[in-house]
Amino acid sequence: MNRAPSMHSATIQSVANFRAEREADWAAFEALLDRLDKRGPKRLSEEELLQLPRLYRATLSSLSLARAISLDQALLAHLEALSLRGYYRLYGNRTGLGSRVARFFLIDWPAAVRALWRETLAMLLLLVIGGVIGWGLVASDPSWYGAFVPPELAQGRDPSASAGQLREMLFGGGDGFLTGFAIQLFVHNSQIAILCFALGFAFGLPTILLVLYHGCMVGAFLQIYASHGLLVDMGGWLSIHGTTELFAIILAAAAGIRIGTAVAFPGDRSRIDAAAETGRSAATAMVGVVVMLLVAGILEGVGRQSINITGARYAIGGLMLLGWCSYFYLLRARSRFDHG
Amino acid sequence: MARPGKVSRQDNMSSAASSVRELVTPEGVPLGIVIGSAASRFMALMIDFIIIGLLMLALFLLLLFAFGTFGGNAMKPIGIVIALSGFVLRNLYFLLLESRPKAATFGKRLLGLRVVSRDGGPLSIDQVVARNLMREVELFLPFMVLGSMAATGDAGGWAVLAGFVWALGFSLFLLLNRDRMRIGDLLAGTWVVERQKVKRVDDLAAGETAHFDFTDAALDQYGIAELHKLEDVLRSGDGQAQRTVADAIVQRIGYTGPMPDDRQFLTDYYRGLRAHLEREVLLGTRRQDKNDL
Repeated sequence: MNRAPSMHSATIQSVANFRAEREADWAAFEALLDRLDKRGPKRLSEEELLQLPRLYRATLSSLSLARAISLDQALLAHLEALSLRGYYRLYGNRTGLGSRVARFFLIDWPAAVRALWRETLAMLLLLVIGGVIGWGLVASDPSWYGAFVPPELAQGRDPSASAGQLREMLFGGGDGFLTGFAIQLFVHNSQIAILCFALGFAFGLPTILLVLYHGCMVGAFLQIYASHGLLVDMGGWLSIHGTTELFAIILAAAAGIRIGTAVAFPGDRSRIDAAAETGRSAATAMVGVVVMLLVAGILEGVGRQSINITGARYAIGGLMLLGWCSYFYLLRARSRFDHG
Repeated sequence: MARPGKVSRQDNMSSAASSVRELVTPEGVPLGIVIGSAASRFMALMIDFIIIGLLMLALFLLLLFAFGTFGGNAMKPIGIVIALSGFVLRNLYFLLLESRPKAATFGKRLLGLRVVSRDGGPLSIDQVVARNLMREVELFLPFMVLGSMAATGDAGGWAVLAGFVWALGFSLFLLLNRDRMRIGDLLAGTWVVERQKVKRVDDLAAGETAHFDFTDAALDQYGIAELHKLEDVLRSGDGQAQRTVADAIVQRIGYTGPMPDDRQFLTDYYRGLRAHLEREVLLGTRRQDKNDL
């Protein structure tokens, strides 16, 4: 039953000193964060911005120390919340959107597409297989056509149409509001592409089916025109935007498959980690896909309706394909150069 | 908003702790973060949709006004522009707002939420893109499945139902895991967490000299859990609770002296107990509660 008030007051004194010595830093840090929240980083002086990381580290070290020696839970809660606010401010977002956009087009997008080259080849093969199946089935029995092409997409381009009607579709120039159709197609195609990507999550199976189905649709279309001797003209009609659009859909599917295989075969990571890791790089490719589909929509809406010469259509389609391929696969030298 | 002296309560540990996760900063210090609840996520989404809806309405009226002066069949081009801008606006709204330093849309800001990277590193634009691209799918997949199955017509009722349930599970994934992650959060490696702001309050142990003196034996009766509960009671300013706690302490330590003021008694006991326990902590023992010997 020995009393030791001196011991007690000494301990209180040391913890109180700890608070008294450092409290000014915490208050300065909190005030700085408040100003940042209200006015943004551009309105702060250089001096204040330099103080930010110093005050953050001081607060974080105070928190570690307080956890070791203090039992004042209000103080601990305050320091933890303050550290967290500072952490978000310092580590929350890395780069500005502007420099990020530039980096995306120069380095990240081509790199993400290159990283998917195996999946891209596989999806191209799948699309071709789907095309052959669609062609073969419709050639053997035209009633298959209805199974592949929904009527609202066919718009009269079905096996019963005459060669004249089909030719009219290829060179007719649409119904007055040219771009309108293309914009709707862009929204539709973007959703298909995003679906291809997102469904990859389910081990990639729905993506494979979707790509096969898309191939069947194209094959069925081609067969209908080929049966009327319009294959070359149809090819031109399709290629002016199709090289870009089909490339985009193949890339979206490849990104989806990449996620699907990562989830199915995560290796020594957990499935969630594997999905997150691949999801991030695949999403980069996906943003590019949406850009490509926008280009395809413009080509389709403006280019196809105003250019009626099959040769010119092939030339544009071919050039676009060449352009995309060299952008994705040849820009490599440049990004390597950037990294030294 | 600021919650003065908000502290993690021991008594409702089960409900509070289940939403607290540890985030380790690059400096190696673990920080507790609170996962945003499903209800506040839903409310934030509703607010965002209302804002986007109002923007779309304004755009529609503007277009109607602009095209209306030309007369004729204006609805078709307007419909097309709306379809496109709806898609672009929706995606840009989320992307731009979540890639700013506050990492939150207006809805999330109002509900006190923000997006963070699960690995404790910086939240990259790629992560923001990934989680927001998936939203399109998560929200519309059930309807797309229903629509496409109804369109082909040859799928039976059960197949449609199964597909719809699968798609719904995809959409409501958030409710199926403890971390309240959407599929988009899962893929992007993100969490949506509460923004915490805790005001700095004065140290209860600092200040005027003590009126009561306690022996070591009297201070040896309680552990850290009781100390924190005592701090809560003192900060709450609830006279009734202070009365009850003071009685319990008097009983336990066998105090027989005068008792002019509960609050003064409790403050002094808190001060003594904290110094006692902090000294033990410095010497390497953390006595968790009164049963921990």
